[in-house]
Amino acid sequence: MAGLTKSGVIYDARGLVEPDPEPPMTAEIDGEKAVIDATDLTTRKINLELKRIVYDEGVNEVTIVNPGSKHSLGVGILKRCKITFEGSPGWYACGLIDGPEVQINGRVGWSLAENMMSGSVVVEGPAGSLTGAALRGGDLVIKGNVGARTGIDQKGGTIITLGNAGINTGFMMQRGHQIICGDANDGLGDSMYDGFIYVGGKIASLGVDCVPAEMDDSDHEFINRKFEIYGLGTPPELKKFECGKVLHNYDALEPSERKLVL
Amino acid sequence: MCGIAGIIHRDGPSDMGAELTRMLQSMKHRGPDSTGYAFYSEPDDLVTIRFMLAEPNEYGGFGFDEKIERSRAEVESRLAKIGADLATIHSDTGYAFRAKIRYDGDLKTLADYLEDIPGCQVLSLGNSLEIVKDLGDANSVLEQYNLGGIRGTHGIGHVRMATESDVDLASAHPYWAYPFADVAVVHNGQLTNYHTWRRRLERAGHRFQSECDSEIIAVYLAEKLESGMDLNTAMKYSLDDFDGVFTYLVATSDQLGIAKDEMAAKPLVLFESDDLVVMASEEIAIRALVGREVDTRDPYEREVLTWQV
Repeated sequence: MAGLTKSGVIYDARGLVEPDPEPPMTAEIDGEKAVIDATDLTTRKINLELKRIVYDEGVNEVTIVNPGSKHSLGVGILKRCKITFEGSPGWYACGLIDGPEVQINGRVGWSLAENMMSGSVVVEGPAGSLTGAALRGGDLVIKGNVGARTGIDQKGGTIITLGNAGINTGFMMQRGHQIICGDANDGLGDSMYDGFIYVGGKIASLGVDCVPAEMDDSDHEFINRKFEIYGLGTPPELKKFECGKVLHNYDALEPSERKLVL
Repeated sequence: MCGIAGIIHRDGPSDMGAELTRMLQSMKHRGPDSTGYAFYSEPDDLVTIRFMLAEPNEYGGFGFDEKIERSRAEVESRLAKIGADLATIHSDTGYAFRAKIRYDGDLKTLADYLEDIPGCQVLSLGNSLEIVKDLGDANSVLEQYNLGGIRGTHGIGHVRMATESDVDLASAHPYWAYPFADVAVVHNGQLTNYHTWRRRLERAGHRFQSECDSEIIAVYLAEKLESGMDLNTAMKYSLDDFDGVFTYLVATSDQLGIAKDEMAAKPLVLFESDDLVVMASEEIAIRALVGREVDTRDPYEREVLTWQV
């Protein structure tokens, strides 16, 4: 629980200092819909207002106008609702969310939807590096290009990129799917443990232990279903890649035995 | 972590001091330790020297003003001895100075002669370039140096979070590419083969003002330019010659360029229109200048771009 100490410092439920915990109360609420104008609000105030109207006011559809590329917008929302950004959020947008359907009518900076658990995030423009880092579940749809290390440490969910992907996309991927309709730069799927990557365009180079695989009916069914859900048209011809499982972490040798073998 | 920014006005000079300040202040979270600017105005017949006679950390104390006054008198004396005609000289801070001189001699000789004075560092030399940098955020440097009215055709800037060298003016960006007139660099990242390149360039006769790895980029590019190589090619060579993670901006009197390393580990966002080119580590800095939704893009790994101003 938040609490006020004798010194006047307020702590939140995690024991962290909460310098100003009051939401600005500036949203225009109309039934189950609300609009937050972010123009003159700080990141903290925008997120406090968003949480107030989603949790306390029971609003299910929120539009945030003029996000102004501010960082860390829409993080930590753990409820089914619809959030629309009219404009571009900055870095770390929609991290740690569990449930919302997010529509971003703009571009987005680095580290979109880090550790997202469920729901969806659709971006009409490009996204920066580290998009979907450590994604656990849900869908990310990027209609432009994505930057380097997209889906690094991905543990589930699906990332669909209609444009090109940067270097080391799928680095250390552990589970889930990535569908890249354009080109993929060097080191695709480097050191991936599991999961599948589909690429429609050219691949500059595959990363360590990322190998081609055969597409089967379940792959086509999965991809077609995702494209249909998000109205993305017909998917392009795709090539499939997976983990070759030849790195040392897949053998059954004890460290002492490995020394002998090597 | 540091933040870098650049502006080109294709439609003529603008209020570059205020514009770069807005961009850099919006990225204060990327580096509160120091802020620096490289302004480029229409080339002048006079040479502008920006130099400092003490670190801001040393400012004040017993006998400080007398020491600065002696050093300043020595600067003026040496300018006269080397054949430079001093037109104006003033200081906004008491330790950092701006002088305009008539001089058509060798700039390296001039810089070396001035830096032989204890405590003197030449921050920039040229007919178009002026480098201003100091400790603190962009708003405080703007106020301290009265940058609000500075006009220019293009410029680059930097907010610094000190990682591998001190919080001082010598380690603040931008770096002038000694001894090459009107070349300046800002950098976000770390160069892991810094010492190798420093030894190599020192053997070739170049000097370094700081222990900061970023200074290597400026001197490296200066050497390439001095050999007759064009800027774009020199920057492409740098991608192979430098190890580490980096995104840097370089400016000359009529060009501005960006380079991104092969890992794309350091960010850059770019907006380009008919009359304006703006680039920054984060889009929030572009928004601070442009003020509306614009189409931007992130240059990819190993990308080198140069613009003619």
